[in-house]
Amino acid sequence: MFGSKKNNEEINYNEIPAHIRRRPYYIIAPGLVILIGIMIPFITAIFLSFTNYSFRLPKWSFVGLRNWINMFTSKEFYHALSVTLRYGIFATAAEMLLGTGVALLLKKDTKYSRILKVLFTFPLMVAPAVAVLIWQLMTSNTVGVLEKVLNLIGVYNFPWAASHSTAMFTAIVIDAWVNTSFVILLVLAGIQSLPKSPFEAAAVDGASAWFTFKTLTFPMLKPFMYIALLFRLMAALQEFGIIYALTKGGPGDTLMNISLTGYINGFTYQKLASALPFLLVLWLLINKTAKFLVKRQRHLANQAAGK
Amino acid sequence: MNQHKQKGIMRILEPVGRNLGLTLFAMFALFPLIWMVICAFKSDAQMYNTVFRFTPTLENFRAVLIGSDYFRAFFQNLLVAGGAVIVTVIAGVPCAYALARYNFRKKEDVAFQILSFKFAPEIMVILPIFLIFQKIGIYDTYLGLIWVYQLITMPLLIWVVRGYFEDISVEVEQAAQLDGYTWYEVFFKTLIPLIKPGLVASALLAFIFAWNSFTFPLILSGSKIQTITITALRYIASDTVHYGQVAVASTIAVLPEVIVALFIQKHLVRGLSFGAVKG
Repeated sequence: MFGSKKNNEEINYNEIPAHIRRRPYYIIAPGLVILIGIMIPFITAIFLSFTNYSFRLPKWSFVGLRNWINMFTSKEFYHALSVTLRYGIFATAAEMLLGTGVALLLKKDTKYSRILKVLFTFPLMVAPAVAVLIWQLMTSNTVGVLEKVLNLIGVYNFPWAASHSTAMFTAIVIDAWVNTSFVILLVLAGIQSLPKSPFEAAAVDGASAWFTFKTLTFPMLKPFMYIALLFRLMAALQEFGIIYALTKGGPGDTLMNISLTGYINGFTYQKLASALPFLLVLWLLINKTAKFLVKRQRHLANQAAGK
Repeated sequence: MNQHKQKGIMRILEPVGRNLGLTLFAMFALFPLIWMVICAFKSDAQMYNTVFRFTPTLENFRAVLIGSDYFRAFFQNLLVAGGAVIVTVIAGVPCAYALARYNFRKKEDVAFQILSFKFAPEIMVILPIFLIFQKIGIYDTYLGLIWVYQLITMPLLIWVVRGYFEDISVEVEQAAQLDGYTWYEVFFKTLIPLIKPGLVASALLAFIFAWNSFTFPLILSGSKIQTITITALRYIASDTVHYGQVAVASTIAVLPEVIVALFIQKHLVRGLSFGAVKG
Protein backbone atom coordinates (compact mmCIF):
# COMPACT_ATOMS: atom_id res chain seq x y z
CA MET A 1 0.00 0.00 0.00
CA PHE A 2 2.73 2.47 0.91
CA GLY A 3 6.24 2.99 -0.35
CA SER A 4 6.50 1.08 -3.59
CA LYS A 5 9.68 -1.02 -3.89
CA LYS A 6 10.54 0.58 -7.21
CA ASN A 7 11.27 3.86 -5.55
CA ASN A 8 14.36 3.48 -3.39
CA GLU A 9 14.25 7.01 -2.05
CA GLU A 10 10.95 6.44 -0.28
CA ILE A 11 10.91 5.22 3.29
CA ASN A 12 9.39 1.76 3.63
CA TYR A 13 6.37 2.58 5.73
CA ASN A 14 5.38 -1.02 6.40
CA GLU A 15 8.07 -1.24 9.06
CA ILE A 16 6.74 1.81 10.81
CA PRO A 17 3.96 1.95 13.43
CA ALA A 18 0.41 2.47 12.21
CA HIS A 19 -0.05 5.98 13.54
CA ILE A 20 2.93 7.10 11.52
CA ARG A 21 1.83 5.14 8.48
CA ARG A 22 -1.49 6.96 8.47
CA ARG A 23 0.19 10.32 8.85
CA PRO A 24 -0.14 11.36 5.19
CA TYR A 25 -3.89 11.04 5.52
CA TYR A 26 -4.01 13.02 8.76
CA ILE A 27 -2.02 15.90 7.44
CA ILE A 28 -3.83 16.08 4.15
CA ALA A 29 -7.26 15.94 5.82
CA PRO A 30 -7.86 19.60 6.77
CA GLY A 31 -7.08 20.79 3.26
CA LEU A 32 -9.25 18.15 1.68
CA VAL A 33 -12.21 18.78 3.98
CA ILE A 34 -12.21 22.45 3.04
CA LEU A 35 -12.02 21.66 -0.66
CA ILE A 36 -14.51 18.81 -0.65
CA GLY A 37 -16.92 21.21 1.06
CA ILE A 38 -16.66 23.23 -2.11
CA MET A 39 -17.04 20.13 -4.32
CA ILE A 40 -20.67 19.91 -3.23
CA PRO A 41 -21.68 22.76 -5.59
CA PHE A 42 -20.63 20.73 -8.64
CA ILE A 43 -22.96 17.93 -7.72
CA THR A 44 -25.70 20.36 -6.70
CA ALA A 45 -25.36 22.11 -10.06
CA ILE A 46 -25.81 18.93 -12.05
CA PHE A 47 -28.77 17.92 -9.88
CA LEU A 48 -30.51 21.29 -10.09
CA SER A 49 -30.14 21.47 -13.86
CA PHE A 50 -32.84 18.79 -14.06
CA THR A 51 -35.31 20.80 -11.96
CA ASN A 52 -37.19 24.08 -12.38
CA TYR A 53 -35.54 25.65 -9.34
CA SER A 54 -35.81 29.44 -9.14
CA PHE A 55 -35.35 31.99 -6.38
CA ARG A 56 -38.87 33.21 -7.07
CA LEU A 57 -40.75 29.93 -6.77
CA PRO A 58 -41.38 28.54 -3.29
CA LYS A 59 -41.37 24.94 -4.55
CA TRP A 60 -39.48 23.10 -7.23
CA SER A 61 -39.96 19.85 -9.11
CA PHE A 62 -38.12 17.69 -11.59
CA VAL A 63 -38.51 18.68 -15.21
CA GLY A 64 -36.23 16.08 -16.75
CA LEU A 65 -34.17 17.29 -19.68
CA ARG A 66 -36.28 20.39 -20.35
CA ASN A 67 -33.60 22.92 -19.37
CA TRP A 68 -31.06 21.14 -21.52
CA ILE A 69 -33.34 20.92 -24.55
CA ASN A 70 -34.34 24.57 -24.15
CA MET A 71 -30.70 25.53 -24.14
CA PHE A 72 -29.69 23.54 -27.20
CA THR A 73 -32.62 24.87 -29.21
CA SER A 74 -32.08 28.52 -28.23
CA LYS A 75 -30.22 31.07 -30.35
CA GLU A 76 -28.89 32.56 -27.11
CA PHE A 77 -26.74 29.51 -26.46
CA TYR A 78 -25.03 29.48 -29.85
CA HIS A 79 -24.42 33.20 -29.65
CA ALA A 80 -22.90 32.83 -26.17
CA LEU A 81 -20.75 29.93 -27.34
CA SER A 82 -19.51 31.94 -30.30
CA VAL A 83 -18.67 34.96 -28.11
CA THR A 84 -16.90 32.69 -25.61
CA LEU A 85 -14.76 31.08 -28.31
CA ARG A 86 -14.01 34.33 -30.15
CA TYR A 87 -13.07 36.16 -26.97
CA GLY A 88 -11.04 33.22 -25.68
CA ILE A 89 -9.13 32.67 -28.91
CA PHE A 90 -8.49 36.31 -29.87
CA ALA A 91 -7.52 37.43 -26.37
CA THR A 92 -5.21 34.45 -25.88
CA ALA A 93 -3.67 34.82 -29.34
CA ALA A 94 -3.00 38.52 -28.81
CA GLU A 95 -1.40 37.90 -25.44
CA MET A 96 0.71 34.98 -26.68
CA LEU A 97 2.04 36.85 -29.73
CA LEU A 98 2.71 40.10 -27.92
CA GLY A 99 4.09 38.36 -24.84
CA THR A 100 6.46 36.11 -26.77
CA GLY A 101 7.63 39.03 -28.89
CA VAL A 102 8.37 41.23 -25.91
CA ALA A 103 10.06 38.35 -24.07
CA LEU A 104 12.42 37.86 -27.04
CA LEU A 105 13.18 41.59 -26.99
CA LEU A 106 13.94 41.36 -23.27
CA LYS A 107 16.33 38.46 -23.84
CA LYS A 108 19.42 40.62 -23.99
CA ASP A 109 20.42 41.55 -20.45
CA THR A 110 20.74 45.33 -20.31
CA LYS A 111 19.98 47.78 -17.54
CA TYR A 112 16.87 48.95 -19.39
CA SER A 113 15.49 45.43 -19.79
CA ARG A 114 16.17 44.60 -16.15
CA ILE A 115 14.13 47.60 -15.00
CA LEU A 116 11.34 46.86 -17.47
CA LYS A 117 11.08 43.24 -16.34
CA VAL A 118 10.11 44.49 -12.87
CA LEU A 119 7.81 47.26 -14.10
CA PHE A 120 5.94 44.92 -16.47
CA THR A 121 4.72 42.84 -13.54
CA PHE A 122 2.61 45.75 -12.25
CA PRO A 123 -0.40 45.44 -14.60
CA LEU A 124 -0.47 41.71 -13.87
CA MET A 125 -1.33 42.47 -10.26
CA VAL A 126 -4.34 44.65 -11.08
CA ALA A 127 -7.81 43.20 -10.49
CA PRO A 128 -9.87 42.85 -13.70
CA ALA A 129 -12.58 45.17 -12.40
CA VAL A 130 -10.04 47.81 -11.44
CA ALA A 131 -8.28 47.40 -14.80
CA VAL A 132 -11.58 48.32 -16.44
CA LEU A 133 -11.78 51.48 -14.31
CA ILE A 134 -8.23 52.41 -15.27
CA TRP A 135 -9.08 51.97 -18.94
CA GLN A 136 -12.26 54.00 -18.57
CA LEU A 137 -9.97 56.86 -17.57
CA MET A 138 -7.93 56.23 -20.71
CA THR A 139 -10.75 55.79 -23.21
CA SER A 140 -13.39 58.22 -21.99
CA ASN A 141 -14.35 60.60 -24.78
CA THR A 142 -14.38 63.56 -22.41
CA VAL A 143 -11.43 63.07 -20.07
CA GLY A 144 -9.50 60.24 -21.72
CA VAL A 145 -6.03 60.78 -23.05
CA LEU A 146 -6.54 58.36 -25.95
CA GLU A 147 -9.28 60.53 -27.40
CA LYS A 148 -6.81 63.43 -27.53
CA VAL A 149 -4.22 61.23 -29.23
CA LEU A 150 -6.75 59.96 -31.77
CA ASN A 151 -7.87 63.55 -32.44
CA LEU A 152 -4.34 64.26 -33.68
CA ILE A 153 -4.78 61.70 -36.47
CA GLY A 154 -8.28 62.89 -37.26
CA VAL A 155 -10.36 60.28 -35.44
CA TYR A 156 -13.09 61.76 -33.27
CA ASN A 157 -15.31 60.04 -30.68
CA PHE A 158 -13.90 56.55 -31.12
CA PRO A 159 -16.71 54.50 -29.53
CA TRP A 160 -14.62 51.90 -27.60
CA ALA A 161 -16.94 49.77 -25.45
CA ALA A 162 -20.09 51.62 -26.48
CA SER A 163 -20.33 50.26 -30.01
CA HIS A 164 -21.25 46.84 -31.27
CA SER A 165 -18.21 46.68 -33.53
CA THR A 166 -15.49 47.80 -31.10
CA ALA A 167 -16.66 46.41 -27.74
CA MET A 168 -14.89 43.06 -28.15
CA PHE A 169 -11.71 44.85 -29.23
CA THR A 170 -11.85 47.09 -26.15
CA ALA A 171 -12.36 44.15 -23.79
CA ILE A 172 -9.46 42.28 -25.39
CA VAL A 173 -7.18 45.34 -25.10
CA ILE A 174 -7.91 45.46 -21.37
CA ASP A 175 -7.43 41.69 -21.02
CA ALA A 176 -4.12 41.95 -22.88
CA TRP A 177 -3.03 44.90 -20.77
CA VAL A 178 -3.44 42.83 -17.61
CA ASN A 179 -2.25 39.46 -18.81
CA THR A 180 0.42 39.89 -21.49
CA SER A 181 3.01 40.17 -18.73
CA PHE A 182 2.13 36.66 -17.62
CA VAL A 183 3.18 35.31 -21.01
CA ILE A 184 6.31 37.50 -20.96
CA LEU A 185 7.36 36.12 -17.57
CA LEU A 186 6.87 32.49 -18.57
CA VAL A 187 8.59 32.77 -21.94
CA LEU A 188 11.47 34.68 -20.33
CA ALA A 189 11.86 31.89 -17.78
CA GLY A 190 12.04 29.52 -20.75
CA ILE A 191 14.65 31.66 -22.51
CA GLN A 192 16.79 31.77 -19.37
CA SER A 193 16.69 27.98 -19.10
CA LEU A 194 17.99 27.42 -22.66
CA PRO A 195 21.23 25.45 -22.84
CA LYS A 196 24.16 27.33 -24.41
CA SER A 197 25.95 24.62 -26.39
CA PRO A 198 23.45 24.05 -29.25
CA PHE A 199 23.47 27.79 -29.96
CA GLU A 200 27.26 27.91 -29.98
CA ALA A 201 27.28 24.99 -32.37
CA ALA A 202 24.78 26.75 -34.63
CA ALA A 203 26.87 29.92 -34.58
CA VAL A 204 30.00 27.97 -35.49
CA ASP A 205 28.14 26.39 -38.40
CA GLY A 206 27.10 29.86 -39.52
CA ALA A 207 23.36 29.33 -39.20
CA SER A 208 21.19 32.38 -39.86
CA ALA A 209 19.32 34.03 -37.00
CA TRP A 210 15.96 32.91 -38.41
CA PHE A 211 17.15 29.33 -38.87
CA THR A 212 18.44 29.19 -35.29
CA PHE A 213 15.15 30.54 -34.00
CA LYS A 214 13.05 28.15 -36.07
CA THR A 215 14.98 24.97 -35.30
CA LEU A 216 16.41 25.63 -31.84
CA THR A 217 14.86 28.48 -29.83
CA PHE A 218 11.22 27.97 -30.72
CA PRO A 219 10.99 24.18 -30.15
CA MET A 220 12.76 24.56 -26.82
CA LEU A 221 10.46 27.40 -25.75
CA LYS A 222 7.32 25.55 -26.79
CA PRO A 223 6.74 23.72 -23.47
CA PHE A 224 6.86 27.07 -21.66
CA MET A 225 4.53 28.65 -24.17
CA TYR A 226 2.09 25.79 -23.72
CA ILE A 227 1.90 26.44 -19.98
CA ALA A 228 1.22 30.11 -20.67
CA LEU A 229 -1.36 29.12 -23.28
CA LEU A 230 -3.04 26.72 -20.88
CA PHE A 231 -3.42 29.29 -18.12
CA ARG A 232 -4.48 32.12 -20.41
CA LEU A 233 -6.94 30.17 -22.54
CA MET A 234 -8.67 28.63 -19.52
CA ALA A 235 -9.10 32.06 -17.97
CA ALA A 236 -10.16 33.83 -21.17
CA LEU A 237 -12.82 31.24 -22.00
CA GLN A 238 -14.55 31.97 -18.71
CA GLU A 239 -13.78 35.70 -18.46
CA PHE A 240 -16.38 37.41 -16.33
CA GLY A 241 -14.85 40.30 -14.38
CA ILE A 242 -13.61 42.41 -17.29
CA ILE A 243 -16.75 42.01 -19.39
CA TYR A 244 -19.13 42.53 -16.48
CA ALA A 245 -17.33 45.64 -15.28
CA LEU A 246 -17.02 47.03 -18.81
CA THR A 247 -20.53 46.63 -20.28
CA LYS A 248 -22.36 43.86 -18.37
CA GLY A 249 -22.36 41.93 -21.65
CA GLY A 250 -23.56 44.79 -23.83
CA PRO A 251 -24.03 46.74 -25.97
CA GLY A 252 -27.05 44.55 -26.72
CA ASP A 253 -25.72 41.03 -26.46
CA THR A 254 -22.34 41.70 -28.11
CA LEU A 255 -20.21 40.48 -25.22
CA MET A 256 -22.60 37.93 -23.69
CA ASN A 257 -20.31 34.95 -23.29
CA ILE A 258 -21.42 31.82 -21.45
CA SER A 259 -20.32 33.10 -18.04
CA LEU A 260 -22.28 36.34 -18.48
CA THR A 261 -25.34 34.57 -19.90
CA GLY A 262 -25.34 32.16 -16.97
CA TYR A 263 -25.04 35.01 -14.50
CA ILE A 264 -27.77 37.17 -16.07
CA ASN A 265 -30.18 34.22 -16.41
CA GLY A 266 -29.45 32.87 -12.96
CA PHE A 267 -29.39 36.10 -10.99
CA THR A 268 -30.95 38.97 -12.89
CA TYR A 269 -33.83 36.88 -14.31
CA GLN A 270 -33.67 34.50 -11.34
CA LYS A 271 -34.03 31.36 -13.45
CA LEU A 272 -31.25 29.46 -11.78
CA ALA A 273 -32.08 26.00 -13.08
CA SER A 274 -32.15 27.09 -16.71
CA ALA A 275 -28.82 28.91 -16.34
CA LEU A 276 -26.98 25.86 -15.03
CA PRO A 277 -26.80 23.85 -18.29
CA PHE A 278 -24.96 26.79 -19.89
CA LEU A 279 -22.36 26.76 -17.15
CA LEU A 280 -22.02 22.99 -17.17
CA VAL A 281 -21.26 23.14 -20.90
CA LEU A 282 -18.63 25.79 -20.21
CA TRP A 283 -17.12 23.65 -17.48
CA LEU A 284 -16.94 20.68 -19.85
CA LEU A 285 -15.38 22.81 -22.58
CA ILE A 286 -12.71 24.16 -20.24
CA ASN A 287 -12.02 20.81 -18.64
CA LYS A 288 -11.56 19.00 -21.97
CA THR A 289 -9.36 21.77 -23.41
CA ALA A 290 -7.22 21.80 -20.28
CA LYS A 291 -6.72 18.02 -20.38
CA PHE A 292 -5.74 18.16 -24.04
CA LEU A 293 -3.26 20.99 -23.48
CA VAL A 294 -1.69 19.32 -20.45
CA LYS A 295 -1.15 16.15 -22.48
CA ARG A 296 0.43 18.09 -25.38
CA GLN A 297 2.60 20.06 -22.98
CA ARG A 298 4.02 16.92 -21.39
CA HIS A 299 4.73 15.45 -24.81
CA LEU A 300 6.53 18.62 -25.92
CA ALA A 301 8.48 18.91 -22.69
CA ASN A 302 9.75 15.36 -23.14
CA GLN A 303 10.58 16.07 -26.75
CA ALA A 304 12.49 19.24 -25.86
CA ALA A 305 14.39 17.30 -23.20
CA GLY A 306 15.35 14.81 -25.91
CA LYS A 307 13.37 11.86 -24.55
CA MET B 1 32.48 43.18 -48.40
CA ASN B 2 28.81 43.79 -48.89
CA GLN B 3 27.96 41.22 -46.27
CA HIS B 4 30.36 42.85 -43.87
CA LYS B 5 28.65 46.19 -44.34
CA GLN B 6 25.27 44.60 -43.73
CA LYS B 7 26.46 43.20 -40.41
CA GLY B 8 27.71 46.63 -39.40
CA ILE B 9 24.32 48.16 -40.10
CA MET B 10 22.62 45.37 -38.16
CA ARG B 11 24.82 46.07 -35.17
CA ILE B 12 23.50 49.61 -35.03
CA LEU B 13 19.92 48.83 -35.99
CA GLU B 14 19.44 45.86 -33.67
CA PRO B 15 19.60 47.73 -30.32
CA VAL B 16 17.61 50.64 -31.76
CA GLY B 17 14.81 48.34 -32.92
CA ARG B 18 14.89 46.34 -29.70
CA ASN B 19 14.68 49.38 -27.44
CA LEU B 20 12.03 50.97 -29.62
CA GLY B 21 9.87 47.85 -29.39
CA LEU B 22 10.37 47.64 -25.64
CA THR B 23 9.55 51.31 -25.17
CA LEU B 24 6.36 50.95 -27.19
CA PHE B 25 5.20 48.04 -25.06
CA ALA B 26 6.28 49.85 -21.90
CA MET B 27 3.99 52.72 -22.89
CA PHE B 28 1.08 50.32 -23.34
CA ALA B 29 1.80 48.53 -20.05
CA LEU B 30 2.68 51.46 -17.84
CA PHE B 31 1.02 54.59 -19.18
CA PRO B 32 -2.49 53.63 -17.95
CA LEU B 33 -1.09 53.41 -14.42
CA ILE B 34 0.66 56.76 -14.75
CA TRP B 35 -2.48 58.32 -16.19
CA MET B 36 -4.48 56.90 -13.27
CA VAL B 37 -2.17 58.63 -10.78
CA ILE B 38 -2.32 61.89 -12.78
CA CYS B 39 -6.13 61.79 -12.82
CA ALA B 40 -6.22 61.17 -9.09
CA PHE B 41 -4.73 64.65 -8.51
CA LYS B 42 -6.96 66.52 -10.96
CA SER B 43 -10.05 68.44 -9.90
CA ASP B 44 -13.31 67.76 -11.73
CA ALA B 45 -12.96 70.93 -13.81
CA GLN B 46 -9.33 70.31 -14.71
CA MET B 47 -10.21 66.82 -15.79
CA TYR B 48 -11.94 68.15 -18.89
CA ASN B 49 -9.68 70.95 -20.03
CA THR B 50 -6.16 69.86 -19.12
CA VAL B 51 -3.95 66.94 -20.08
CA PHE B 52 -0.56 67.03 -18.36
CA ARG B 53 -0.28 70.57 -17.03
CA PHE B 54 -2.59 71.21 -14.08
CA THR B 55 -2.52 72.24 -10.43
CA PRO B 56 -2.67 69.11 -8.27
CA THR B 57 -5.38 68.86 -5.65
CA LEU B 58 -6.18 66.39 -2.89
CA GLU B 59 -9.92 66.99 -3.28
CA ASN B 60 -10.55 63.50 -4.74
CA PHE B 61 -8.65 61.76 -1.97
CA ARG B 62 -10.73 63.62 0.58
CA ALA B 63 -13.98 62.66 -1.16
CA VAL B 64 -13.10 58.98 -1.41
CA LEU B 65 -11.34 58.40 1.89
CA ILE B 66 -13.45 60.57 4.20
CA GLY B 67 -16.67 61.19 2.30
CA SER B 68 -17.47 57.55 1.47
CA ASP B 69 -17.20 54.04 2.85
CA TYR B 70 -14.25 53.14 0.63
CA PHE B 71 -11.92 52.99 3.61
CA ARG B 72 -14.24 50.45 5.21
CA ALA B 73 -14.24 48.35 2.05
CA PHE B 74 -10.45 48.47 2.03
CA PHE B 75 -10.27 46.99 5.52
CA GLN B 76 -12.99 44.44 4.90
CA ASN B 77 -11.13 43.34 1.79
CA LEU B 78 -7.94 43.09 3.84
CA LEU B 79 -9.73 40.99 6.44
CA VAL B 80 -11.32 38.59 3.93
CA ALA B 81 -8.23 38.15 1.76
CA GLY B 82 -5.89 37.96 4.75
CA GLY B 83 -8.14 35.52 6.58
CA ALA B 84 -8.37 33.34 3.50
CA VAL B 85 -4.58 33.20 3.18
CA ILE B 86 -4.11 32.34 6.86
CA VAL B 87 -6.58 29.44 6.61
CA THR B 88 -4.88 28.29 3.41
CA VAL B 89 -1.42 28.33 4.96
CA ILE B 90 -2.54 26.39 8.04
CA ALA B 91 -4.41 23.71 6.10
CA GLY B 92 -2.48 23.80 2.85
CA VAL B 93 1.17 23.55 3.90
CA PRO B 94 0.75 20.11 5.54
CA CYS B 95 -1.23 19.07 2.47
CA ALA B 96 1.58 20.20 0.20
CA TYR B 97 4.09 18.34 2.33
CA ALA B 98 2.11 15.10 2.15
CA LEU B 99 1.81 15.41 -1.63
CA ALA B 100 5.54 16.04 -1.94
CA ARG B 101 6.91 13.37 0.39
CA TYR B 102 4.56 10.46 0.86
CA ASN B 103 3.59 7.88 -1.65
CA PHE B 104 -0.02 7.04 -1.05
CA ARG B 105 -2.85 5.69 -3.10
CA LYS B 106 -4.44 8.13 -5.58
CA LYS B 107 -1.85 10.77 -4.75
CA GLU B 108 -1.67 12.23 -8.24
CA ASP B 109 -5.46 12.12 -8.56
CA VAL B 110 -5.82 14.14 -5.38
CA ALA B 111 -3.22 16.62 -6.57
CA PHE B 112 -4.92 17.09 -9.93
CA GLN B 113 -8.33 17.38 -8.30
CA ILE B 114 -6.98 20.25 -6.25
CA LEU B 115 -5.54 21.88 -9.38
CA SER B 116 -8.78 21.46 -11.33
CA PHE B 117 -10.47 23.99 -9.03
CA LYS B 118 -8.25 26.57 -10.63
CA PHE B 119 -9.77 25.79 -14.02
CA ALA B 120 -13.41 25.49 -12.98
CA PRO B 121 -15.59 28.36 -14.21
CA GLU B 122 -16.15 30.61 -11.22
CA ILE B 123 -19.75 31.40 -12.07
CA MET B 124 -20.67 27.74 -12.32
CA VAL B 125 -19.27 27.07 -8.84
CA ILE B 126 -20.76 30.18 -7.36
CA LEU B 127 -24.43 29.77 -8.31
CA PRO B 128 -24.99 26.61 -6.24
CA ILE B 129 -22.79 27.98 -3.44
CA PHE B 130 -25.07 31.01 -3.29
CA LEU B 131 -28.04 28.69 -2.62
CA ILE B 132 -26.18 26.67 -0.03
CA PHE B 133 -24.86 29.76 1.74
CA GLN B 134 -28.32 31.28 2.00
CA LYS B 135 -29.69 28.05 3.38
CA ILE B 136 -27.05 27.57 6.06
CA GLY B 137 -26.95 31.30 6.84
CA ILE B 138 -23.38 32.23 5.93
CA TYR B 139 -24.29 34.47 2.98
CA ASP B 140 -22.63 37.90 3.39
CA THR B 141 -20.42 36.77 6.29
CA TYR B 142 -16.65 36.66 6.73
CA LEU B 143 -16.80 32.91 7.32
CA GLY B 144 -18.57 32.29 4.02
CA LEU B 145 -16.27 34.49 1.96
CA ILE B 146 -13.10 33.17 3.57
CA TRP B 147 -14.28 29.65 2.88
CA VAL B 148 -15.03 30.28 -0.81
CA TYR B 149 -11.77 32.15 -1.25
CA GLN B 150 -10.05 28.84 -0.51
CA LEU B 151 -10.92 27.96 -4.10
CA ILE B 152 -8.57 30.72 -5.20
CA THR B 153 -5.80 30.46 -2.63
CA MET B 154 -5.59 26.76 -1.75
CA PRO B 155 -4.74 25.23 -5.18
CA LEU B 156 -2.08 27.89 -5.73
CA LEU B 157 -0.43 27.43 -2.36
CA ILE B 158 -0.53 23.63 -2.37
CA TRP B 159 0.97 23.29 -5.85
CA VAL B 160 3.69 25.88 -5.41
CA VAL B 161 4.72 24.84 -1.90
CA ARG B 162 4.70 21.19 -2.93
CA GLY B 163 7.45 22.07 -5.41
CA TYR B 164 9.51 23.78 -2.71
CA PHE B 165 9.23 20.70 -0.47
CA GLU B 166 10.31 18.47 -3.36
CA ASP B 167 13.41 20.63 -3.80
CA ILE B 168 14.63 19.68 -0.31
CA SER B 169 16.30 16.30 -0.36
CA VAL B 170 14.90 13.56 1.88
CA GLU B 171 18.34 13.18 3.46
CA VAL B 172 17.94 16.47 5.29
CA GLU B 173 14.89 15.08 7.03
CA GLN B 174 16.44 11.72 7.71
CA ALA B 175 19.56 13.31 9.17
CA ALA B 176 17.46 15.39 11.55
CA GLN B 177 15.48 12.32 12.54
CA LEU B 178 18.67 10.39 13.24
CA ASP B 179 19.74 13.19 15.54
CA GLY B 180 16.70 12.36 17.63
CA TYR B 181 14.23 14.99 16.54
CA THR B 182 10.59 13.94 16.39
CA TRP B 183 8.69 14.33 13.14
CA TYR B 184 7.02 17.54 14.32
CA GLU B 185 10.33 19.06 15.32
CA VAL B 186 11.82 18.15 11.95
CA PHE B 187 8.87 19.71 10.18
CA PHE B 188 8.80 22.97 12.09
CA LYS B 189 12.50 23.43 12.85
CA THR B 190 14.18 22.31 9.65
CA LEU B 191 11.68 22.14 6.79
CA ILE B 192 9.62 25.28 7.38
CA PRO B 193 12.70 27.54 7.71
CA LEU B 194 14.08 26.03 4.50
CA ILE B 195 10.97 26.75 2.43
CA LYS B 196 10.16 30.03 4.18
CA PRO B 197 11.04 32.44 1.33
CA GLY B 198 8.99 30.41 -1.14
CA LEU B 199 6.15 29.99 1.31
CA VAL B 200 5.96 33.71 2.06
CA ALA B 201 6.03 34.55 -1.65
CA SER B 202 3.26 32.10 -2.54
CA ALA B 203 1.15 33.26 0.40
CA LEU B 204 1.53 36.85 -0.78
CA LEU B 205 0.62 35.90 -4.34
CA ALA B 206 -2.42 34.02 -3.03
CA PHE B 207 -3.27 37.18 -1.11
CA ILE B 208 -3.18 39.22 -4.32
CA PHE B 209 -5.47 36.76 -6.09
CA ALA B 210 -7.88 36.85 -3.17
CA TRP B 211 -7.66 40.64 -2.99
CA ASN B 212 -8.54 40.84 -6.70
CA SER B 213 -11.44 38.43 -6.60
CA PHE B 214 -14.49 39.95 -8.21
CA THR B 215 -17.01 37.20 -8.95
CA PHE B 216 -17.14 35.72 -5.47
CA PRO B 217 -17.86 38.91 -3.51
CA LEU B 218 -20.19 40.15 -6.28
CA ILE B 219 -22.52 37.24 -5.65
CA LEU B 220 -21.77 36.11 -2.11
CA SER B 221 -21.61 39.39 -0.24
CA GLY B 222 -24.37 41.89 0.29
CA SER B 223 -24.54 45.09 2.27
CA LYS B 224 -22.57 43.94 5.30
CA ILE B 225 -19.29 43.05 3.61
CA GLN B 226 -18.07 45.07 0.69
CA THR B 227 -14.81 44.32 -1.01
CA ILE B 228 -12.75 46.87 -2.81
CA THR B 229 -13.35 45.56 -6.34
CA ILE B 230 -17.13 45.78 -5.95
CA THR B 231 -17.08 49.17 -4.23
CA ALA B 232 -14.69 50.66 -6.79
CA LEU B 233 -17.10 49.84 -9.61
CA ARG B 234 -19.78 52.01 -8.00
CA TYR B 235 -17.77 55.10 -8.87
CA ILE B 236 -18.28 54.50 -12.57
CA ALA B 237 -21.88 53.30 -12.34
CA SER B 238 -23.31 56.51 -10.90
CA ASP B 239 -24.96 59.08 -13.18
CA THR B 240 -22.42 61.84 -12.86
CA VAL B 241 -19.09 60.12 -13.03
CA HIS B 242 -16.40 61.79 -10.94
CA TYR B 243 -13.40 60.53 -12.83
CA GLY B 244 -11.03 61.90 -10.22
CA GLN B 245 -12.65 59.69 -7.60
CA VAL B 246 -12.51 56.70 -9.95
CA ALA B 247 -8.78 57.33 -10.25
CA VAL B 248 -8.30 57.58 -6.49
CA ALA B 249 -10.31 54.40 -5.89
CA SER B 250 -8.22 52.53 -8.47
CA THR B 251 -4.95 53.88 -7.10
CA ILE B 252 -5.80 52.71 -3.60
CA ALA B 253 -6.81 49.28 -4.90
CA VAL B 254 -3.60 48.88 -6.91
CA LEU B 255 -1.09 50.30 -4.42
CA PRO B 256 -0.78 47.31 -2.02
CA GLU B 257 -0.44 44.97 -4.99
CA VAL B 258 2.39 46.87 -6.60
CA ILE B 259 4.26 46.89 -3.27
CA VAL B 260 3.76 43.14 -2.85
CA ALA B 261 4.84 42.54 -6.46
CA LEU B 262 8.16 44.24 -5.74
CA PHE B 263 8.77 41.94 -2.79
CA ILE B 264 8.07 38.65 -4.56
CA GLN B 265 9.77 39.28 -7.92
CA LYS B 266 12.09 36.29 -7.57
CA HIS B 267 9.27 33.84 -6.92
CA LEU B 268 6.72 35.33 -9.27
CA VAL B 269 7.14 33.02 -12.26
CA ARG B 270 7.03 29.93 -10.11
CA GLY B 271 3.97 31.11 -8.23
CA LEU B 272 2.00 32.27 -11.25
CA SER B 273 2.59 29.01 -13.10
CA PHE B 274 1.59 26.97 -10.03
CA GLY B 275 5.10 25.57 -9.75
CA ALA B 276 5.19 24.34 -13.35
CA VAL B 277 8.01 26.69 -14.33
CA LYS B 278 10.87 27.14 -11.88
CA GLY B 279 12.00 30.60 -12.92
